[in-house]
Amino acid sequence: MAVMTYREALNLALREELTRDPNVFVIGEEVGLYEGAYKVTQGLLKEFGPKRIVDTPIAESGFTGVGIGAAMVGLRPVVEMMTFNFALLALDQIVNSAAKLHYMSGGQYNVPLVIRGPGGPAHQLAAQHSQSMEVYFYHVPGLKVVRPSTPMDAKGLLKAAIRDDNPVIFIESETLYNVKGEVPEDPDFVIPLGQAVVRREGTDVTVVAYMGMMYRAMEAAEELAKDGISVEIVDPRSLQPLDTATIIGSVRKTHRAVVVEAGAGFAGMGSEIATEITEEAFDDLDAPVLRVTGAQAPMPYARNLERAKTPTKEKIADAIRRVCYANGSR
Amino acid sequence: MTLDKARLVQMLRTMILIREFDERAIQLRLAGKIYGTVHPYVGQEAVAVGVSAQLSVTDRVTSTHRGHGHCIAKGADIRRMMAELFGRVDGYCKGKGGSMHIADFAVGMLGANGIVGGGLPIACGAALAGQLEGKGAVTVCFFGDGAAAEGEFHESLNIASLWKLPIVFVCENNQYAANNPVGVQHPRVDIAAHAAPYDMPGVGVDGNDVLAVHAATADAVTRARRGDGPSLLECKTYRWHFHAMRAARPPETRPAEEIASWKAGDPIARLEQHMVGRALLSPDELRAIRDRVGAELDEAVAFAEASPFPDPKDLMADMFAR
Ligand SMILES: Cc1ncc(C[n+]2csc(CCOP(=O)(O)OP(=O)(O)O)c2C)c(N)n1
Ligand SMILES: [Mg+2]
Repeated sequence: MAVMTYREALNLALREELTRDPNVFVIGEEVGLYEGAYKVTQGLLKEFGPKRIVDTPIAESGFTGVGIGAAMVGLRPVVEMMTFNFALLALDQIVNSAAKLHYMSGGQYNVPLVIRGPGGPAHQLAAQHSQSMEVYFYHVPGLKVVRPSTPMDAKGLLKAAIRDDNPVIFIESETLYNVKGEVPEDPDFVIPLGQAVVRREGTDVTVVAYMGMMYRAMEAAEELAKDGISVEIVDPRSLQPLDTATIIGSVRKTHRAVVVEAGAGFAGMGSEIATEITEEAFDDLDAPVLRVTGAQAPMPYARNLERAKTPTKEKIADAIRRVCYANGSR
Repeated sequence: MTLDKARLVQMLRTMILIREFDERAIQLRLAGKIYGTVHPYVGQEAVAVGVSAQLSVTDRVTSTHRGHGHCIAKGADIRRMMAELFGRVDGYCKGKGGSMHIADFAVGMLGANGIVGGGLPIACGAALAGQLEGKGAVTVCFFGDGAAAEGEFHESLNIASLWKLPIVFVCENNQYAANNPVGVQHPRVDIAAHAAPYDMPGVGVDGNDVLAVHAATADAVTRARRGDGPSLLECKTYRWHFHAMRAARPPETRPAEEIASWKAGDPIARLEQHMVGRALLSPDELRAIRDRVGAELDEAVAFAEASPFPDPKDLMADMFAR
């Protein structure tokens, strides 16, 4: 194991896969000369050259379509979105082509494409640059959607995504790029898509959370431990496919669940997971499943409004107390 | 047309105000008074000012992520702009928008836009409305060289030409799209050349010469008001600072000689020289202009400081029109 940042882990995954498979290439805005807006592609142009590290014009729909076409005929493109907000310009290519081509063609075409970049709330970048973009994608049949919370997951899941024969939406976070953690150096270390992980074991309540929300849930869990509430935290890691077995298994043990998500709650991940739990494990539940979600508003700019919009440690702790019927202390 | 002293002083004053506003914004961002990201307009002042001097308050503009200059040139109140950057309730967007979303509908400033190219079709919509209103209102669409690579640029030019919309597309070619030189975006670095296939006039102009920008805009605006349709103006210019900053100034990646040569063609100094050459500006007058700009900015900062942060209870306010 080596200790490295989330950013370095992604960079290493790209480097390893570019080395392993000559069909892999990286394409996007400023991925080459500038080495990535967030430096995830640092050093790659120098190492792999401009044929495999391709700087594009600002044309998201265009270069995403380029990725799809190249994937259809045998390459394995990794398309970088400078931030995932800009993937909205490429939504048609992703939804109407990448997601459907394998099925529509009766299985003739594979689209082994990864679209990656940072998404989710950033720091006071306001409504157009602080969106939880996963919701736009996991609803679409044919797409896989990954949200890696740790450096180890960033590496292992990105490698799995690149090796997958299907389009994978891989949404990182600007707020996690500097997070450090242990990362296996083994170039064959891969984390299969569709496997959740238990981040913290507990007995009283299951909290499902990913990315920044996972870290906030961990802080809330530390605090609640002092009050004798034992929180188990499950990080789904991939949202499509979703590892419901691990989530349900945890709920069968704790009998209570809270789902946290940064984005607006309506028809979100929380709705989906709460439904899965209710359908699969209703008899195991001692309390209704609660959601802690972002408010149903665009992200405002002012810091105090941003905080009001976002699930905080306090809001998460409060929901956990409520499912445990524990007000304040127990 | 030779501009008289009053007009020239007004243009010079606005250019200086734009520059000093963004120099302040950089300092205030470093000081932690402004948050998020700031895209300084410094170096490009002649474009916003030369173009806007041809517009009246009933004309409309759409802007970009680098929008402070467009706002000021169109007549927005710098106190409310500053308050918005501070995230305060007296800001144009009540603290909800920040730098990338300042809008002042009262002066026809339809908004900055954080999405590259996003303003182009919106400007066409405003121009369509202007056409239907029949009062001669023109829309100006500011966008960057990078935005000309987006599909929306081509869709908008086509639509505008097809319907003879009263619109002027103003491309600020500052030689870079974010951090990549314009050659990464375009096989041929001549944005104005995109006009011909869409059957509209395309004019390249020295974007650091406010008088040249002003004159070129006059032709385009006249054509639009006459009902003859759109024009494309490419103003060649340069940003003096980094593309964007957060808590710290990012390192400079452009060649030092390139920066120096563009700074030697400072649009403000050039207008000053023009005015001095015509004996329309004395050192005392220039000092007075600069002092007044400084005082106005002090006042804007004080206004912003004094304005409260929004009430978190208003998070859901303005979600839907009532
Ligand atoms: C659709 C979209 N893609 C990418 C970005 C990120 N981005 C912000 S500004 C910018 C460069 C724009 O270049 P240009 O249009 O030349 O304007 P300039 O910054 O030079 O003023 C980029 C790529 C964005 N905001 N929106
Ligand atoms: Mg530019």
